[in-house]
Amino acid sequence: MTALELANQLRAKFGDLLSPPVEFRGEVSLKLADPERIAQVCAFAKKELNFNLLLDITSLDNYGEDPRWTIVYHLYGIGHNQYLRLKTSVSEEKSELPTVTGVWRAADWHEREIYDLMGIRFRGHPDLRRIIMWEGYPYFPLRKDFPLGGKPTEVPDVAFSKPAPLEGGPFVTTPGGKDAIEREPRVRTPEN
Amino acid sequence: MKQTAEIGYDSRVEADVVVTKLEAALNWCRKYSLWPMPMGLACCGIELMGTGASRYDISRFGAEVMRFSPRQSDVMIVAGTVTYKMALVVKRIYDQMAEPKWVIAMGACASTGGMYRSYAVLQGVDNIVPVDIYVAGCPPRPEALLDALIKLQGKLMREPLLATLKKPGPALPGQKPPI
Repeated sequence: MTALELANQLRAKFGDLLSPPVEFRGEVSLKLADPERIAQVCAFAKKELNFNLLLDITSLDNYGEDPRWTIVYHLYGIGHNQYLRLKTSVSEEKSELPTVTGVWRAADWHEREIYDLMGIRFRGHPDLRRIIMWEGYPYFPLRKDFPLGGKPTEVPDVAFSKPAPLEGGPFVTTPGGKDAIEREPRVRTPEN
Repeated sequence: MKQTAEIGYDSRVEADVVVTKLEAALNWCRKYSLWPMPMGLACCGIELMGTGASRYDISRFGAEVMRFSPRQSDVMIVAGTVTYKMALVVKRIYDQMAEPKWVIAMGACASTGGMYRSYAVLQGVDNIVPVDIYVAGCPPRPEALLDALIKLQGKLMREPLLATLKKPGPALPGQKPPI
């Protein structure tokens, strides 16, 4: 069973909910149109298709586009050694989707991390609280509109934070600005 | 006629006797038994372990007794990145140490935040505890940490001990805090 065949089996079960599988450099991805069904799709993937290892859940901030969040699930099957990627999109007003901790217990901390750093809630999560930043931290740091240096906060007796002095960098980037190669080209020719 | 004065040490007379000041003797005792409190938070902690191991022996300086209890240690070596989440814990451990106490900020992250100019990293542990010696490096070589220890010993020797001995330290109420 290759990943493409497994993806097609998943698609056969759920029909138009899933996009046709995209294969790129040996990796197969599927896009899920309705994030509310993610738990059922993952349960089928685990029980019927034997994707018994959840490798990662991560999230993207498409700042400026309409479903602002894209949540990506990386699945792996130890028996058949195949990888699969599932993506869903959630809009910013909703910022919520069902948890998959009922399918894989590993999703617990991944979803806590996504909640902590992006602010996306997971309905049905057994213990949805911050895991990296401290309880009471008011912002979601990995959003694109949050500055890299941070903002001043204070939670008495727990932690404080102050903005770090960045002064334009060499390691500082702004979203939409030039990347490091353009700003500091390696080869200096008389033109640049 | 040239007058010479014998100021030398005559081993027949003063054989095992050394004359010194009380202050120097007490400072000598302190400097050669600095027990570190290793606040080994990240990669610099590995180099701290390397300094304590046999090749770059920190035991030559009397500091191999790495006491993880702040009550039993003299110098806190902050080795590693201090995040904001950990910052108040480091401060609490420092407050629990008994006087006299010193702090060595080991590595770039402890000195100034290092390469982590970000929302989560404290930009230098000197924002929360008073640092005596900063060690540059990412991580600093064990020899650099030993050099810092030697400099701390030099600083210690120059401290006017008897003048400050009878004054209560800054940890007691009524005293202003160290920063």
